[in-house]
Amino acid sequence: MTALLKGLPAKPWIWSFVGAALVFIASLVFTRGLGAAGIVVAGLSLASFAVVVGMGQMFVMSLGPGNVDLSLPANIGLASAIAMKVMSGSDSMIVAGVGAALIAGVLIGLANYALIRALRIPPIIATLSTSFIVQSIDISYGRGLQVKPPPGFAAFTDWRLVGIPVFVLLILFASIIAAVALNRTVYGRSVLAIGQNMRAAWLAGIKVERIRLMTYMLCGALGGLSGALLAAYFRGSSTDIGNEYLLASIAVVVIGGTSVAGGRANIPGLWGAALFLVLLQVMLNTFGADASVRLVTTGLVIIAVITAAGGAKALR
Amino acid sequence: MSNVFAVKQARSFAPLPTLLRKSLPFVSLALMLMAIGWLNPRAISYMGFNLMLNLAIPVALATIAQMFVITVNELDLSTGFFISFIASVSVTMLNDTPLLGAVVIAGSILVYAAIGALIHLRNLPSIVVTLGMAFVWQGLALMVLPQPGGKAPAWLQALMGCHVPFVPFPIIAAAVIAIVLHFTLMKTSYGAVLRGIGGNQSAVARAGWSVLRAKVLAFMLAGVFGVMAAFTLVGISTAADAGIGAGYTLLAIAGVILGGGEFMGGRVSPTGAVAGALTLTLASASLLSFMRIPTDWQSGANGAILIIVLALRAAIGRRAS
Repeated sequence: MTALLKGLPAKPWIWSFVGAALVFIASLVFTRGLGAAGIVVAGLSLASFAVVVGMGQMFVMSLGPGNVDLSLPANIGLASAIAMKVMSGSDSMIVAGVGAALIAGVLIGLANYALIRALRIPPIIATLSTSFIVQSIDISYGRGLQVKPPPGFAAFTDWRLVGIPVFVLLILFASIIAAVALNRTVYGRSVLAIGQNMRAAWLAGIKVERIRLMTYMLCGALGGLSGALLAAYFRGSSTDIGNEYLLASIAVVVIGGTSVAGGRANIPGLWGAALFLVLLQVMLNTFGADASVRLVTTGLVIIAVITAAGGAKALR
Repeated sequence: MSNVFAVKQARSFAPLPTLLRKSLPFVSLALMLMAIGWLNPRAISYMGFNLMLNLAIPVALATIAQMFVITVNELDLSTGFFISFIASVSVTMLNDTPLLGAVVIAGSILVYAAIGALIHLRNLPSIVVTLGMAFVWQGLALMVLPQPGGKAPAWLQALMGCHVPFVPFPIIAAAVIAIVLHFTLMKTSYGAVLRGIGGNQSAVARAGWSVLRAKVLAFMLAGVFGVMAAFTLVGISTAADAGIGAGYTLLAIAGVILGGGEFMGGRVSPTGAVAGALTLTLASASLLSFMRIPTDWQSGANGAILIIVLALRAAIGRRAS
């Protein structure tokens, strides 16, 4: 027990789960226990989307200072349109549609990396340029298309296992694999090593550029995947379906305890942060707060969390 | 003694690649104007410039706001939403109860200064703190202006509607912004301190300057120029909505980089940043409409221009090394 308590400060991400539990209890107290199952299902569903996007962003940000993927919202929007167009309402094309969304995402990741490498420009600007172009492709491609998901794909988002949506469990499983990959595989350790010191990693024989390429492609693929899933969940694609994930993907990564300076990543924290932020919205919703209050609260919470965490770092 | 002489020599005979790199923002702007003139000669006229460049003023001011933050090695992800908030306040409170509006706007500049202090004192990553502020300003803008509308104060509309004989107003405004900032940031000693913090913070601190004061000042100036961007924006659009400035965060970052600035090292150029903002504005609106490219591709063209200019810069830089 004391060992566990001693371990706590080393795992700051536990606090995001504590926070998530607190806001969950607060909203239950307010509704007098009504609708608990609904809150759990909605919270888990929305949190799992944030986790998929956040995982990609986390791998990229772990590569070191300046690494961030700003093309995720445009990527998600385009992937949602491509997935829905390829599926064109037919259940037999679901796999092909998800595959097409993944390929689109990987290509966007490839384009991001090509710009970073060939033009030696900071990732922020490279992914920003890509995002401008992808956004335009999406607008001109997504116009006047059949955007509804096939019935089977839409129904998939409603499948439940012991009351929990199946796709949430799949994302949970995927995130466990990602956590293992991050901490136990050559790839994951290389990402963290590059984030700690790119030159040292290169001198240690790590194929730095190949790892960076793979990471940007992985992030793109996760963006594409979430585009397809979001289109199924919200029953249709749209160009602005991914807009909120520009800020949200960075927010869950940072609140989850991943270092913005790179070299330190944390998957459990990602879930904690995503649940915390989503349940915070749910709580404010049940309190009857409107969108503006929810935004202000979310922003203040992000600043409060980083201030508290930053203070701990300064003490060390 | 000989060292000083060497520095002076180096300065007066800048090597060709450096000269090329420094002039790249202006060369891109000139190329952009030539392309527009070739596609539609009538656009290169007094009226044409007034129409094409009107929206360049808020973009240039937002770019300058971002530039001050980048100068001290930080990044501001809240610029656009701050502009939205100030624009929302301008078309409501500032118009209905000017005193209250002025107090709110002055207060929000102080919030900007406080953010700078918080980032420095707690050694926080500015991306995260300003990300939080992006949510806050977005929410506050919605509170002030839940529905699109409002009315810009008459003096703002008059300011943006003013016509100067012979030279289009936007060009005068851009030149004034660029020249004033060039002298304050590049030619004064405190400007050098600000840029020095971007280069080597602890060296500036050892030399006896307060880093805290400099960072607070940089963020405060970012707030002031954000307010000016919002003012000019509502002066042109006469009304506002809570999302009016959303795209300005990324445009402003792009403008600074297009203008020859770098994220690290305090290497920024106010004149370049203004040129970068003008280039982006011309690219997104005018060039495309004259090339009859559908509006779908507006942001795509911005992306392509960013890539082309940065590719040129990379090519010049590689030859230098």
